[in-house]
Amino acid sequence: MIEVTILKIGDTIIVPIQTELHDLAANFLQENILKKIEKVGARGLIIDVGVVTIIDSFMGRVLVDTAKMARLMGTETVIVGMKKEVVMTLLQLGLMMQTLHTALNIEDGITLLNRLTGGNHERSII
Amino acid sequence: MKGPSSKDSLDISVANYEDVILARQKARELMQSMGFSLLAQTRMVTAVSELARNMVVHAGRGQMSVNSVEKLNQKGIECIFQDKGPGIQNIDQALRQGFSTSNSLGLGLGGAKKLCAEFDIQTTVGKGTRVTIREWKTR
Repeated sequence: MIEVTILKIGDTIIVPIQTELHDLAANFLQENILKKIEKVGARGLIIDVGVVTIIDSFMGRVLVDTAKMARLMGTETVIVGMKKEVVMTLLQLGLMMQTLHTALNIEDGITLLNRLTGGNHERSII
Repeated sequence: MKGPSSKDSLDISVANYEDVILARQKARELMQSMGFSLLAQTRMVTAVSELARNMVVHAGRGQMSVNSVEKLNQKGIECIFQDKGPGIQNIDQALRQGFSTSNSLGLGLGGAKKLCAEFDIQTTVGKGTRVTIREWKTR
């Protein structure tokens, strides 16, 4: 089975998807992410799809479902790095993914997570 | 008159989810070598992914052939998905967004149709399904 690295930095779990995942591998990854959340706890989850060349209806659903499941465990999810071709194709396919939080890159994703979870950045402004 | 004439041709047996990835790669390789834009590649390869998966899910297995084709000095790619599965009872229903017999999102077949310049489906209940998609290079 294809292994995807799952990192934890502070309160955030970061999952850089580095390879094309087939359906079973995507399901396996979803399970491992939830396992990691259960084991270590996290306020935020960032899934980096920057090198993923296509997101079809199955992969799209796995991403949406993973975010919903993570939320039920108290973890907010941000998908980062979606390529413009992937985004244009997703819309044409009819997969809107409105429920997902997204950001351009990991840095913006962390900023967004801080806002979503009421992290340090937000507090220091006021 | 026959359809567009075929130059390069490649057949792949698709029997599991790893084969779906292989099918995607082969379609992308041909499109890259033909100089298709990244957007055209992404759209076509996404359609290939949906249709190859459909064969695995609904028919257990199938064949995909990837061909480079020509019509009126236009170059294109053609992918044919052929399975000996149960066939589709109601094509209009199957192409409709959100319709699914397999607890999926139901975007696969209809989505693939929307992503390609040309889409043709022939199906016989109890015999199987053949889907042909084509994309042409804009000059």
